[in-house]
Amino acid sequence: MFNFFLLILIYSGIYALMALGQNIITGYGGLLSLTQAGFFAIGSYATAILTTRFGWSFWATLPAALILSAFFGLLIGLPTLRLKGDYLAIATLGFGEIVRNVLNNWDSVTRGPMGIQRIPMPDLFGFTINPYKKYAFLVMVFVFVGIAYFIFQRLARSRMGRALSAVREDEIAAQSMGINITTYKVFAFILGASVAGLAGSLQAVFSLSVTPGTYTFMVSVMVLCMVVLGGMGNFKASILGAFIIQLISYFPQLTGLSSVIPPQFKQILFGLILVVMMIWRPQGLLGREETRYGKKVAKSRKGGAR
Amino acid sequence: MGIAEFFQHLMNGLTLGGIYALIALGYTMVYGILKFINFAHGDVLMVGAYIGLFLFDWLRGDSPLGLWTLVAFFLAMIVSMGFSAAIGMFIERVAYKPLRKATRLAPLLSAIGVSFILSNGAAWAFGTHSRKFNYPFDNSAIHLGGVVITPHQILILVVSLVIMIILKIFVDKTRMGKAMRATSLDQGTAMLMGISVNRVISMTFAIGSALAAVGGILIALDFKVYATMGTMMGLKAFVAAVVGGIGNISGAMFGGILLGILETFGVAVFGIPTGLKDTIAFGVLILILLLKPEGLFGKVEKEKV
Repeated sequence: MFNFFLLILIYSGIYALMALGQNIITGYGGLLSLTQAGFFAIGSYATAILTTRFGWSFWATLPAALILSAFFGLLIGLPTLRLKGDYLAIATLGFGEIVRNVLNNWDSVTRGPMGIQRIPMPDLFGFTINPYKKYAFLVMVFVFVGIAYFIFQRLARSRMGRALSAVREDEIAAQSMGINITTYKVFAFILGASVAGLAGSLQAVFSLSVTPGTYTFMVSVMVLCMVVLGGMGNFKASILGAFIIQLISYFPQLTGLSSVIPPQFKQILFGLILVVMMIWRPQGLLGREETRYGKKVAKSRKGGAR
Repeated sequence: MGIAEFFQHLMNGLTLGGIYALIALGYTMVYGILKFINFAHGDVLMVGAYIGLFLFDWLRGDSPLGLWTLVAFFLAMIVSMGFSAAIGMFIERVAYKPLRKATRLAPLLSAIGVSFILSNGAAWAFGTHSRKFNYPFDNSAIHLGGVVITPHQILILVVSLVIMIILKIFVDKTRMGKAMRATSLDQGTAMLMGISVNRVISMTFAIGSALAAVGGILIALDFKVYATMGTMMGLKAFVAAVVGGIGNISGAMFGGILLGILETFGVAVFGIPTGLKDTIAFGVLILILLLKPEGLFGKVEKEKV
């Protein structure tokens, strides 16, 4: 039971990484991307193939997974983000399906629907991070979550974060202020993609095998749900959302009711969360994170002078 | 490639494209008026196919193929169109209407939620196995010269052609159609002219969903019925709508047929492996967005501040 709880925590961490990426795309940039699962898959397969075929160590595959995901992010982002409208949403939705399609059909590299097994466990200074001893793995995952959180938080308060917020609020106004909207949008998208690739790498060495069936559209919707439930534009909220959604997702097993609750229960609930949150609480549980400057502005508006 | 072979692929492409066109119309009409992608459209198609399947099986009973099965099929199709129209209107009323004044992202997210509820709800209610939709007629091939045509293909061509002509007349000639065009041009002004914009939007969803149901039933005859059948079909139909210029009704018809032909020829002539057939639509989308983002028949919209 306790072990099971640790497993949920580990998955929460892996998904939190993806949610952080989704938040910079959707929460800050106001762009709808529906393919964290696609980048997740690319990261997983990069690690799986490089370690089993070419004997790379896990740590060497991490940058490879990151760069590969970022590259594919650029490939979809560049044609779709130049345009107004929601082409990104549909292009990314298609991309996720294509990735799974390719993984299923490119037998010589991905071994098709069977997937790749026996991925070696990561070593660190001679200490094997064994996914069966969950503590070590949990620490590793949350070190990554911490690093990603720190970097994203810094970025969000930098020129880039402000530029993205401006683009989200009003593209035309942002453009007339000299912000290159396409550059910032593509940059946000690539960042979100690469962190999902990183999450994929971790998932590969945690489950020690990868199969195309893991990377369905449901994963993307779950990640989206985490961001929406927690609150768009708030990185802490994304991590909180990851915990809540993972708890819901494992609720039937946790309570031992998996024979009573139909397997579609959680998906229907995720769909309901999206609709209900949008109608009654679009800012999410925690709401958007205000910068110190933003708070000052809000205060001066409310209180009048100074 | 001989001339007969060419016509064979053309025929296959036309029938596939006819179905894409029917579904693309729903996307393009909704986009034309609300400027938003209705992600649940593909799932309405799936619901329509299920309703059609159940009704047809119930109406048909054990009767052998004949006139009655054909009548039953069309009855089932019409009732399913009605149901789907009601579902489409209901979805709009509950999940999109409250968000009309919200941020641009809100209705999109809500639509994804609805899509997820529908597809998983169907998997829960009807099971995850795929069901076979039996042909309401003898579907043995007809040879015309060197070209093989199935009655199913003729059905698709006739039904999609008739529906598109009716729709075109409806939008161009009737009062409601005029109201729709006005609303899509400028919602505010349309409202000032005494057009009930809410009714127009409801009507748009009803028509789009009814067409999706027809598309779902026609495709189900070949590909079976299952809970996630709408995802890929919806995606491709959307690509078709973008190719034709999103918001443009004739463009969606043309885009659908063009995409169907491209897919068929891509596999048959250019040797793209069948497993990667679905990638063609995606490649077309990226290409059109790079080269002519407003679509083949779309107008370039200048934005004023």
